[in-house]
Amino acid sequence: MTLEQIKEKLSKYTVGIAGAGGLGSNCAASLVRAGIVRMFIADFDVVSESNLNRQFYFADQLGCKKVDALAENLHRINPLLELTILDKKLEAPTIVTLFTTCDVIVEAFDDKLQKQLLIETILEHFPTKPIVIGSGMAGWGSNNLLKTEVLDNMYICGDQATEISPDCPPIGPRVGIVANMQANQVLELLLGKMK
Amino acid sequence: MEILLNNRPEVIEGNLLTVNELLAVKKFTFRMLVIKINGELVKKDNYSNALIKNGDNVTVLHLISGG
Repeated sequence: MTLEQIKEKLSKYTVGIAGAGGLGSNCAASLVRAGIVRMFIADFDVVSESNLNRQFYFADQLGCKKVDALAENLHRINPLLELTILDKKLEAPTIVTLFTTCDVIVEAFDDKLQKQLLIETILEHFPTKPIVIGSGMAGWGSNNLLKTEVLDNMYICGDQATEISPDCPPIGPRVGIVANMQANQVLELLLGKMK
Repeated sequence: MEILLNNRPEVIEGNLLTVNELLAVKKFTFRMLVIKINGELVKKDNYSNALIKNGDNVTVLHLISGG
């Protein structure tokens, strides 16, 4: 497929992203660059200093709502992006409403409780919809432990082992790799496997 | 009995197991899980009564914080 064909095909789909932190913001940027035009993003957080080591925000956006800052940054990549943002902590009914029209859902939360709520709600209401999950990306190095496991309609990106802690914080490179693994998996789901 | 656990065939002793029993047999100690039996979600409240039988396709995903 040529770049033009790829963009043409991707422009027909809608991607939902739950969370606009290290995974969500970088995954969104990558997908917009690749040619996704319709996107839903939900997050309730504001940009803080500690986010700048890995998230797609800038120092002059400290204190801004993440969804607003991300909308601004993504529109700088593609001014024609059709982005729907929701500044809200997601609960089951909102998840169902928000993601019903999405072809693929990216799970990009940081807290495991929220991850579980999102995944269970999606599986319950949309049992066949593909959901691309990030799990295990704290720390640095160990490139080759990062992988994608496929369990039915769940695509799990990460090492599935390293949990964040004060001694093992999330940092740009590893979080960015997993965010881009998620974006890459979304492309494979929408475009089909590369021949 | 033989089941498919996360895409891998596994031989487990016994003919019927609850989800909790399977987690104990496999020594899965993670607390934040997403579990499916034959593609259907099993919620935490049902881990003690949802049954796994010979030939079932079981998915156990454990979730860890970070993102």
